Amino acid sequence: MSGSIAEFFWVFTVFIAMLAFAGFYCILVTRNLIRALIGLEILNKAVTLLFIVVGYITGRQALVQALVITTIVIEVVIIVVAGGVIMSVYRNDESLDARNLRNLKG
Amino acid sequence: MTNLNLMLLVLMVAAAVWAVMARSLLKAAIGLAIASIIITIFMFEFNSPLAAVFELSVCSGLITVIFLSTIGLTRPLSHKELLALSRDRGRRYGFMPLLVIACGAILAFVFLKMPLDLEVAKNTISVGAREVLWNFRHLDLFGQIMILLAGGFGAVLLFRETNTDEW
Repeated sequence: MSGSIAEFFWVFTVFIAMLAFAGFYCILVTRNLIRALIGLEILNKAVTLLFIVVGYITGRQALVQALVITTIVIEVVIIVVAGGVIMSVYRNDESLDARNLRNLKG
Repeated sequence: MTNLNLMLLVLMVAAAVWAVMARSLLKAAIGLAIASIIITIFMFEFNSPLAAVFELSVCSGLITVIFLSTIGLTRPLSHKELLALSRDRGRRYGFMPLLVIACGAILAFVFLKMPLDLEVAKNTISVGAREVLWNFRHLDLFGQIMILLAGGFGAVLLFRETNTDEW
């Protein structure tokens, strides 16, 4: 196909990869549970944008929109439940530090 | 590839990096909402208005509110704890923008001249998103309802006040 579409796709893919890298880095490095959730959210945003770009290029926006809506619903449920888990951890330990979860070991 | 798109992409990655690096969690949540708004602009631009409305109302609205309430319900760090944290904070996050830029540069060097096989683009479906969602992807809807139920029950269980010591 034409080179301009390929260039358009790869430029978006590079930035999406940067977004995903930022999310991965956040999850790996942070010790704060809420910030880990923010990293997960950034990863999710990268996936959503990749869906949208691919749908635009292939002309299948309808299918992609259905998938994105499904992704968003799952994302919200994950955030709500993970937020609840974080609140429970905070009630028990009075801290949001992930290192304190080591006392669950064994 | 227009200049506006490039500018928005750079802004989006900058907002995400700010969300990761910001000292205050409130600022991190705001950075995330900004990244989400920029993705919404791309969705409108790429003819996906239904997904854009969902993204704008749910991801930059509802999820930000959930983050803000979670942050509000937890105690902020004391000055002493902040000082202790900021000591190794620079070591952990200082290289992050450089690493993100290096990752982008390496990928751009590898991919930008690569050809793209777009055979699938010829077989486009000319139906709307609603038809796809209701007629072709109804199993997705069933899955969404199950996940929403699971999330609802999970939230009820997690936020239930424990009056007895039985469990």
